[in-house]
Amino acid sequence: MKLTTEEVRYVADLANLRLTDEEVVRMSHDLGQILTYVEELSEINTEQVAPMAQVLYEADETATLREDRPREPLNNRQALENAAVSGAGYYKVPKVIER
Amino acid sequence: MNFRRKSCPNARALYNQNMSVLAVAEDVLRKYEPVIGLEVHVQLGTKTKIFCGCPVEFGAAPNTNVCPVCLGLPGALPVLSGQAVELAIGAAVALHCRVNPFSRFARKNYFYPDLPKGYQISQYDQPLAEHGYLAIFVDGAKKRIGVTRVHMEDDAGKSIHDGFKDSDRYSYVDLNRSGTPLIEIVSEPDMRNSDDAYAYATAMKQVMQYIGVSECDMEKGQLRCDANVSVRPRGTEKFGTKAEIKNLNSFRFLKMAVDYEIRRQVELIESGGRVEQETRLYNVETGQTVGMRSKEHAHDYRYFPEPDLVPLQVSEHWLHQVKSALPELPQDRRDRFVNEFGLRDYDAEVLTLTRAVGDYFEEAVKASGDGRATANWVVGDLMGLLKAAGKDIADSPVSAANLGELVALINKNELTGKLAKEILPKMFETGDSPRAIMEREGLKQISDTGALEAIIESVLAANPKQVEQYKSGKTAVLGFLVGQVMKASRGQANPGAVNELLRKRLG
Repeated sequence: MKLTTEEVRYVADLANLRLTDEEVVRMSHDLGQILTYVEELSEINTEQVAPMAQVLYEADETATLREDRPREPLNNRQALENAAVSGAGYYKVPKVIER
Repeated sequence: MNFRRKSCPNARALYNQNMSVLAVAEDVLRKYEPVIGLEVHVQLGTKTKIFCGCPVEFGAAPNTNVCPVCLGLPGALPVLSGQAVELAIGAAVALHCRVNPFSRFARKNYFYPDLPKGYQISQYDQPLAEHGYLAIFVDGAKKRIGVTRVHMEDDAGKSIHDGFKDSDRYSYVDLNRSGTPLIEIVSEPDMRNSDDAYAYATAMKQVMQYIGVSECDMEKGQLRCDANVSVRPRGTEKFGTKAEIKNLNSFRFLKMAVDYEIRRQVELIESGGRVEQETRLYNVETGQTVGMRSKEHAHDYRYFPEPDLVPLQVSEHWLHQVKSALPELPQDRRDRFVNEFGLRDYDAEVLTLTRAVGDYFEEAVKASGDGRATANWVVGDLMGLLKAAGKDIADSPVSAANLGELVALINKNELTGKLAKEILPKMFETGDSPRAIMEREGLKQISDTGALEAIIESVLAANPKQVEQYKSGKTAVLGFLVGQVMKASRGQANPGAVNELLRKRLG
């Protein structure tokens, strides 16, 4: 399956990635190959097969639920340990104007 | 952009001002029919977050109720809270939705610093519940607003854009709220004006509070609204292009924003323009909605099934359990109060505004045996006293049993209404029973004929002119004389007995 350079730019933009023109060409080639590989799956007739996102469907109704019991959270120092910039107990990020 | 609540004392003045800025004539406005749908987010009242055991707590020090799951650290896995599901099912049932036996979670992908995972875990093509409705009352008429769906999701954290000395360069992020359990309730586009929207939001809050799904404290962001607004020429079927208005953190602002947006769209169309499909923010300070300059394809969220969570299964048994544990819904209770106790609509409405008021009333009726009279006392005198004292009915110094007893004493002719009105504030002050106060103050209805006759004689002696008038046929003065007797008895005389004795005495 071929992926156009426009499609690559669109997906890259959604993912907040900045690609050079060269990278866009290379990505459209690489991603196209991956899609072609995965496309082989569509040769199988799945009309009678229910869609499945993962494999734990058969568990009991409540087996995968958690009780509403609080657990000790991280403390502020631990929470911010990996932050690039922090201050006053907060994570600090470059000024955000709009969503 | 700032989602924080702002107070604005001049909101009404600004509103009027802005309505006149939009110079749409009323008759032009009437040519169009607004179509409104609401998305309401309600925080579920759990102790812990939806996918981890971090406490849900408002006002905690920043980034102290967090863990690898709600911080979106690599490798952390979400586990769904059963209690959150139960509350969500309760909400769905209360909204008359069909709860799906099988639903699943999906990732909604977007980038924002207060969303550390890079996606929100929500529900997409298979939501928890669908096809419900909420009844609203506008101008005394009942109307059903369709509920399209109820789905579960996690909340984002909080970004703070100003107030720090380096706020010109940095935004501050607190992730305590990240992972707070929410339901999103999406309505059908069934509302036709801002009054409908206001009534819907208010009724939604009432129902959610009633069944204990949420406290719905809007100051704490526990209930949030977005409004989808469009207009179409009256009589046409096709919907106009809608704008989505965000940042509506009070019902008053919701109403004002919807009114403003309707006028804005009508004016735009009338002047040859076209409504753009966009997200707009309501600005509390100007009373206007303002378009957000967002990226063209910001709405491509690339939803896909959440691979870290199993699908959510709700058996008949579980659904039934939740259903049978739900209290009577406010609208059912209201109807019952009208049918069972013969209450007026207004009283029934006031007495079902909160669960606590309804419970108090029912408890009082048990002691009084008289629904209508009890309703009058609760809605009138008691609520007046509570309001003046700034107290909630749950903290009423007058117990429901004591109030019921007061009403019963009137009905048994042991108290006049007038005396009861004097006793209630004393009950409110002391918390004592009406009988205790009557005994202490020697207040008791006088029905004893001998004692009443003595008072009547003295009143007649003091008012010879009125006695003359009565005898010459002006029987209307009887009322005056009854009043004088009541006064002389300090309100303790039984008015019925006085009336009868006076008539007899004056022949």
